[in-house]
Amino acid sequence: MRDISTGESSILDRIWILAVWTFVGFFILNLIGVVGAVLVDSFATRWLGTWLPTGFTWHWYLDAWQEFQLGKILTVTFEVVGAVVLISGVLGVPAAYALSRRDFPGKQAVMLLFLLPLLVPPMTIGIPLATVLYRFGVGGTIWGVILANLVPSLPFVILITIPFIDQIDQRVEAAARVFGANTFKLFVYVLMPLLTPGILAALLLVLVRTIAMFELTFLTSGPTSQTLVVALYYAVDAAGVRAGQSVDAMAMIYMATTLIWLLIALRFVNPTQIVGRQATPAGHDA
Amino acid sequence: MTDAALPHRAASASLRQRLARRGVDATTLLVLPAALTILGLFVYPFLEGLVLSLLPKTGGTFSNYAKFFSDPFLYQTIPTTLGIAVPATLANILLSVPVALRVRKMKRQRFLTTILVIPITLGTVLVAEGLLNYLGPQGWLNRTLITLHLISHPVRLVHNYWGVFWSLVISGFPFTFLLTLSYVTGIDPSLERAASTLGAGPRARFRTILLPLMASGLAITFCLSFVQAFAVFPSAVLVGSPAGSTRVISIAAFQAAYETYDDSLASSIAMIMAAIQLVIVVLVLAGRGFLYRGPASGGKG
Repeated sequence: MRDISTGESSILDRIWILAVWTFVGFFILNLIGVVGAVLVDSFATRWLGTWLPTGFTWHWYLDAWQEFQLGKILTVTFEVVGAVVLISGVLGVPAAYALSRRDFPGKQAVMLLFLLPLLVPPMTIGIPLATVLYRFGVGGTIWGVILANLVPSLPFVILITIPFIDQIDQRVEAAARVFGANTFKLFVYVLMPLLTPGILAALLLVLVRTIAMFELTFLTSGPTSQTLVVALYYAVDAAGVRAGQSVDAMAMIYMATTLIWLLIALRFVNPTQIVGRQATPAGHDA
Repeated sequence: MTDAALPHRAASASLRQRLARRGVDATTLLVLPAALTILGLFVYPFLEGLVLSLLPKTGGTFSNYAKFFSDPFLYQTIPTTLGIAVPATLANILLSVPVALRVRKMKRQRFLTTILVIPITLGTVLVAEGLLNYLGPQGWLNRTLITLHLISHPVRLVHNYWGVFWSLVISGFPFTFLLTLSYVTGIDPSLERAASTLGAGPRARFRTILLPLMASGLAITFCLSFVQAFAVFPSAVLVGSPAGSTRVISIAAFQAAYETYDDSLASSIAMIMAAIQLVIVVLVLAGRGFLYRGPASGGKG
């Protein structure tokens, strides 16, 4: 009979484990290559036919800043992101509270309504949405971009916040009610302090996702309402018009804006939450 | 449900009390603003798009759909897109499962998951720009392969099918991996320990315990990543050959809307995209009905 407790000791199993880790290493190496190539090129004076550039310089960042009007684009980006985060928070948290606390007829349908925008890819909904936004005269404006970005952001806030609200003991609320708190006071003095980590996590994730949301912004933005990622797309698409290093410098500025927020977000959430709603923390039985 | 059980009291109670008994009160109404926003920004445009697709510029009701399925330049985008999306999604899932099964035993997963979440966060546009540099004829990968004498001339890796494929792997693998990991860590380890006590080796444990418990989650992972890959757009333009081998359905829809300004045809293509995605998701989830669905986790909710 084979050894059952340490059944992973055979040579084949070791080779298998080695193969898995080799793949992970290979993947990360290529990932570093992809990001590193942009990083190195953005500082290169001239880089042709060698492993590394012949010299390094900062001036592509200045060039990119002026050529692409990055100051203006960054302002638009943060206006869009700020509005999207604020609106999805204000609308999403109360909705999550209602969905967590009440069982009402049609709740399944409402949950489906909030799940669908996360399942349908932005390109599929983006074209009909852009058509409608242009008809109402907001297409191409910053408000059109904000409205379009609410489509995935609002459901995302709701679905991330629900498990956090589930965790709060209903008796805490009942006690507040007994002492005469109305719904508004309950929200401000009891729920908000308890929910801060959850809401912060949800809003930071929306922030990161909105900065990187390409398709919806691309389809609904006009010349004055481009965000950084859309401007980057146009710069890459028109390769050859401007120096490659200048485009890469812009890519690095985009990367920095996204990663700073990602690092802050990761202090509050688990990376698996970025791809979807994860199970609630251990110890909580649904 | 509750008011049916209490017929006498329900009859005498006010409307407000009767609603409250069914779970509808002021708190429930908090869901309305968000629900109306999504109805207005998601459901309405979708229905509007459906109607618009049936009101073509010229011809009868279904002439847009007839045009799509008779013009090879348009209908060929479906096999092209499937030819990229299906292999990329399958590759990502097949790679994710063994890695997730290994990683769940690690004490410190955080470092690896953090590295892998970066390409998802950066998005396809930046990954495309990186691939153009990294896989280009003068890029590091071609140089390494030449140095290792595996090839004598730089291989063309971008502006073709493989450029898009690798871009979908670079941003898709971390996505499927993190989803798979969250399913795998939800499986109670004592189930595996019990099987091990009864004499099951690693392969038997995988086949009879882990795979059946994971299958339902893998089906959902497949749907989510397939749907994203099917709508691939920026990388198909930037690292693919958007006029040839990677002319995906998103490009056709985009060109109809923004280059020929035929909103009606663009809406039709968007509806066809949605229909194909729906068919695949329904097929996969219907298959899921045959799989085990029940508690797989111990104390974890």
